[in-house]
Amino acid sequence: MMQHLIVLPVVLPLLVGLFLLRSRHGTMRTHRVVGVTATALLVVVAMVMVARAADGEVTYYALGGWQPPFGIVLVLDRLSALMVLLTAVLALGAVVFACAGDDERGSNFHGLFQLQLMGINGAFLTGDIFNLFVFFEVLLLASYALLIHGGGKSRIQSAVHYVVLNLVGSSLFLISVGVLYGATGTLNMADMAVRLSDLPADREGLVTAGALMLLVVFSLKSALLPLYFWLPRAYAAAPAPVAALFAIMTKVGIYAILRVYSLVFGEQAGSLAALEQPWVWWLSLATMVVAGIGVLAARDLRLLVAYLIVVSVGTLLAGIGMGSPAATAALLYYLVHTTLVTGGLFLLAEMIGLQRGKAATRLVKGRPMHHGNWLAGLFFIGAVAVAGLPPLSGAIGKALLLNAAETSQQPWLWPILLATGLAALIALSRAGSTLFWRSHEGEVAGVSLSRSRWLGVGWLLGASPLLVILAGPVSDYTCATAEQLADPDIMVRAVLSNAGESP
Amino acid sequence: MESLYAITTGILTACGLFLTLRGRTFPVVVGLTLLSYAVNLFLFSMGGLTTGGAAIIDGQTHFADPLPQALVLTAIVIGFAMTAFVVILAMRARSEMGNDHVDGRKQEEPHR
Repeated sequence: MMQHLIVLPVVLPLLVGLFLLRSRHGTMRTHRVVGVTATALLVVVAMVMVARAADGEVTYYALGGWQPPFGIVLVLDRLSALMVLLTAVLALGAVVFACAGDDERGSNFHGLFQLQLMGINGAFLTGDIFNLFVFFEVLLLASYALLIHGGGKSRIQSAVHYVVLNLVGSSLFLISVGVLYGATGTLNMADMAVRLSDLPADREGLVTAGALMLLVVFSLKSALLPLYFWLPRAYAAAPAPVAALFAIMTKVGIYAILRVYSLVFGEQAGSLAALEQPWVWWLSLATMVVAGIGVLAARDLRLLVAYLIVVSVGTLLAGIGMGSPAATAALLYYLVHTTLVTGGLFLLAEMIGLQRGKAATRLVKGRPMHHGNWLAGLFFIGAVAVAGLPPLSGAIGKALLLNAAETSQQPWLWPILLATGLAALIALSRAGSTLFWRSHEGEVAGVSLSRSRWLGVGWLLGASPLLVILAGPVSDYTCATAEQLADPDIMVRAVLSNAGESP
Repeated sequence: MESLYAITTGILTACGLFLTLRGRTFPVVVGLTLLSYAVNLFLFSMGGLTTGGAAIIDGQTHFADPLPQALVLTAIVIGFAMTAFVVILAMRARSEMGNDHVDGRKQEEPHR
């Protein structure tokens, strides 16, 4: 059983997803029980994986027994284990929240949700660049269907943009994979790293073109500056649990940038080493500025949270742009924090919207809310965490990032990061005071909120204080992860030594 | 043959991109299809163009790289599924929004 551990996060959601799609006429209750149980199991599997990866050993799973570099491999190291655990924790909160009724508005919610998890986990685990493409497609196809779950004008309209953009992105992904294969003759990332170290000089241009095209694709997925315009509308229109799960989707792009450029274009690549860094660094700073303005301008709570995701993308990519292990460690800590908290805020925005009737999540005067105090309390916790105020985890993440900046980077990073934090603080306090204090006189109305909604939101927002209490172990783990990433030799030796487990 | 192949792929890509940038969903869908054809042709050529060789390495010197063919197969399947999805989505958007503009905007009255 243990030797098949690495493939479980892909196979488990696949089988559960197929079962749920197959038995789509079954009762909603069965679907909910199966969906939540499978996601909870995924959390357990991911915890075992983190425990196994924590000692620093890189293990791989050769599918069908075909050894790398010829076969397809799934690779488990500290980074992929962390990302899988993060996905599972976020998904559990989202799926529990969905059980309160969001899953009944369309068909096949739970089956599609599991298939989306399969795509995300696969993208985090794969060690092969073409399989990265395949898993991207799996997660995108499921996300297209989830985005229009429940239907409605605004969803369909934003889905058209989202689907068309991502299809063009997929074409570009295939072209760049083709260029890289043509130039290096391999698709396995570890093998590609080895082959780049003695690349003929006349192929350098080709590899540079392929690598930068790949950066465009990953920037589209992670919503870097010129390519982020699809995000706010799509995320604001998506059903709440789906939007919460989408919080990890931009991080898939960030993970791909981190993985591909630290492994394939590491130091051994000679003149091609770290060729993405100037692009990522300047564009991420610009993303932060533009997204900060977007946060201030948003007139709807869900749009506001969507722009906060773009801010977090800018912050995380600035960490990659700095290019030091300390910055990578800081960005991984911040990534865990921001994914869970923005996911929780999407769920909370839905709860607030449900209570306000016609005004929904628009930032206008509305009627007073049922459970107003509890919602306000949760909103306060979420706002403090996401704006990066002490004592919650956002402050620690930002402090780590600020601390990791080198002297030449400080004059750019410090003012921009702190100013976007201030913009988020202003926007969130304005939103909070409008939502909770400036209400009409009158009867308290609105539906009563079921327990699973509170549970889902509490689970995700509760991660922030927990990340503060466990800040020591978590940052130790991310530091170790950053060291492992900084030395691609570890991965290359583990994958290409032919000593791994085959089933 | 290489130049003919390159020109074909290039023209397909250019047409695909042009159509993708149109304002109506139908040309956009056709554009995406052309783009995926171009990508498939491109992928097919990435292992080098070989004529008359078997797609397997059997010790002889003359063989075609089998990997791109497997990749193209995967890409075709995915591209086909995506096209089907996008067609349905475009029809749904047409019925929900009452027009086939990608932004859902009503067509402006033409100036006379």
